[in-house]
Amino acid sequence: MVATEIGLWGVPLAIVGGAIRVSTPFIFVSLGEAITERSGRINLGLEGMLVFGAMTAYAVAVMTASPWPGLLAAAAAGLCFGLFHGWICKFPGVNDIAIGIALMLFGSGLAFFFGKPYIQPSAPDLPAIPFGGWSDIPQVQAALNVNVLFLIGAALAVFLWWAFRNTRVGLILRVVGDSSDAARAMGLNPDTVRLVATGVGGALAGIGGAYLSLYYPGSWTERISSGQGLMAVALVIFARWNPLGCFAAALLFGGAGALGPALQSVGVTQGYYLFYAAPYILTLVIMIATSSPSRSLAGAPGELSITK
Amino acid sequence: MADTVSSADVPAMTGGKGFPAALEWIARRAEGFVIPLAALIVGMVLFSLFIALVGKSPVQLYETMWRGGFGSWFSIQNSLSRAAPLLLAALCVALPARLGLVVIGGEGAIVLGGVAAAAVGVALNGAPAFLVILLMGVAGVAAGGIWIGAVGALRHYRAVNETISSLLMAYIAIALMNHLVEGPLRDPTSLNKPSTQPLADIYRLGNIPGMEVHWGLVVGIVACVVSWLLIEKTRWGFAARIAGGNVRAAQVQGLAVGPLIVGFTALAGGFAGLAGMLEVAAVQGSANASLAAGYGYTGILVAFLARHNPLAIIPVAVLLGGIDASGGLIQRRMDLPDATVLVLQGMLFIVILFSETFYGRFKAFNPDLWQRPDFLKGTI
Repeated sequence: MVATEIGLWGVPLAIVGGAIRVSTPFIFVSLGEAITERSGRINLGLEGMLVFGAMTAYAVAVMTASPWPGLLAAAAAGLCFGLFHGWICKFPGVNDIAIGIALMLFGSGLAFFFGKPYIQPSAPDLPAIPFGGWSDIPQVQAALNVNVLFLIGAALAVFLWWAFRNTRVGLILRVVGDSSDAARAMGLNPDTVRLVATGVGGALAGIGGAYLSLYYPGSWTERISSGQGLMAVALVIFARWNPLGCFAAALLFGGAGALGPALQSVGVTQGYYLFYAAPYILTLVIMIATSSPSRSLAGAPGELSITK
Repeated sequence: MADTVSSADVPAMTGGKGFPAALEWIARRAEGFVIPLAALIVGMVLFSLFIALVGKSPVQLYETMWRGGFGSWFSIQNSLSRAAPLLLAALCVALPARLGLVVIGGEGAIVLGGVAAAAVGVALNGAPAFLVILLMGVAGVAAGGIWIGAVGALRHYRAVNETISSLLMAYIAIALMNHLVEGPLRDPTSLNKPSTQPLADIYRLGNIPGMEVHWGLVVGIVACVVSWLLIEKTRWGFAARIAGGNVRAAQVQGLAVGPLIVGFTALAGGFAGLAGMLEVAAVQGSANASLAAGYGYTGILVAFLARHNPLAIIPVAVLLGGIDASGGLIQRRMDLPDATVLVLQGMLFIVILFSETFYGRFKAFNPDLWQRPDFLKGTI
């Protein structure tokens, strides 16, 4: 791809296109984590579920020659991991953050173990919709080639935003997240609600992983995830547990992640690795800027250990 | 992480009537030994089931693992060499954990410690060996200490979650290392594996006499013993344990929690940075991408398995070093992927964390209950 035809305009265009492409796994993982954290638990293991989902999706897509069973399998695998996290954390003395770290290592290890034979073959991609057909410029077409999962993710963000406020399930989730005692007084079992919330969060992380291996970058390797699952957890805090905020933050992170490749495409290669670190630096800066030692975070679920 | 108070921490009560003091002494300490050991065994059994499910023989696997890790003098030395960086990487998790912090980004401190040490070693080429090696160590400790100390400072002064920030810092550190070894610090002759210029031979750290194990093992063990003394026998360690139990209570007591947190995290990062320096000075000979070999992540497992007790880290690191060392042999002999070791580590980690729920549940470990008449009837 030669970006020089449209000059330096290629950089913002590539960042917009990249933001759409790179942000999709962030959207799914952060929405999943938002559901889990709203219930009062934190699941750091989504990174492992993302990697395992990526491997599962790729393997199933290779075997069935269709991406959709792969997507379903990834969601199911994520669901299993999420349910496991939700189940084991109900025991007293078991720390949800530490279990998340363990699942991060275990999920990745298991994915590498079973994924070894699938590094070579190629799987069918998830379809994309060319919104850039009106333009003759190939860069514009490339940037606006939007994957269906991005659109589903956007719709899901709006739906969750609405559902948290306006549905019975949303209310139950928020009550359990804000006070276990209040939830028990209402006759709810906090452990069950958290089990389901963590399971759903894991399933969404699995879908995010399927996007990685079935669309962008579109192959299964052991380096497929570079901390997206973990950054998404930080992103949820930044977004104040608001699904629409998660969506916006995911786009921002996607844009930061696309900065390095975009600059490289116009010939800026110096400091490539530093641009590569941009999403991590951005996450850290945002965390520093939005945290405060003197007041608790606005909108934070009361039972969440990470903000106490 | 809120560490449960094990029975060993409870001040001794009056001796139970009819029970020898020695038995009480053992019982109070047994819990912290028996539960992790049982968890280790359960983890191994679960892993056997996993191996059987994928159609391999668990017996052959453990036999291979034993042979690869501890079966011969050669493999023992290999395991000990791998244990050396694990000792220091585990301290990077265990020391902050005593303050209630979960720091998991030791990998970043290892990487930067290695790069800083390599830069010093190359820049001071020609100076006396002992001075250069010493300054390399100082550079490694400083780089790692600043990196993880910053995590602690952010935690205390800005309330930034240390678990996430330390892992983000690890990714940033690895990007920084890639930038440095492919750019400003690159040895032009290192083609397919960009590295810093190789250290002169006199600046390389040798082996312990009579062994094929470098001096890093001794450094790591000394660091563990020093850390144990620091935590258990000094007032700083005492203050840290109070702050780890309850930050508010510590502040009410007038303890300077901020400097305590920054100091402990900086020391922890310094140890990890030293691990990076040792990898450069004793193993690699230059800084390159091999520094990010995952010691920082295995160190997390070592620390949790040792329940953040620096002395317990020593045997656990040797055990995990042995498992690590046997990975290659398992791959070759049994035709299993190299990630097999990762699966085992993940399983052990989960079982160990799950075992936390059993502390305080077994009456036999609590001599204070022995005197109560209903204890013998089993109705407590």
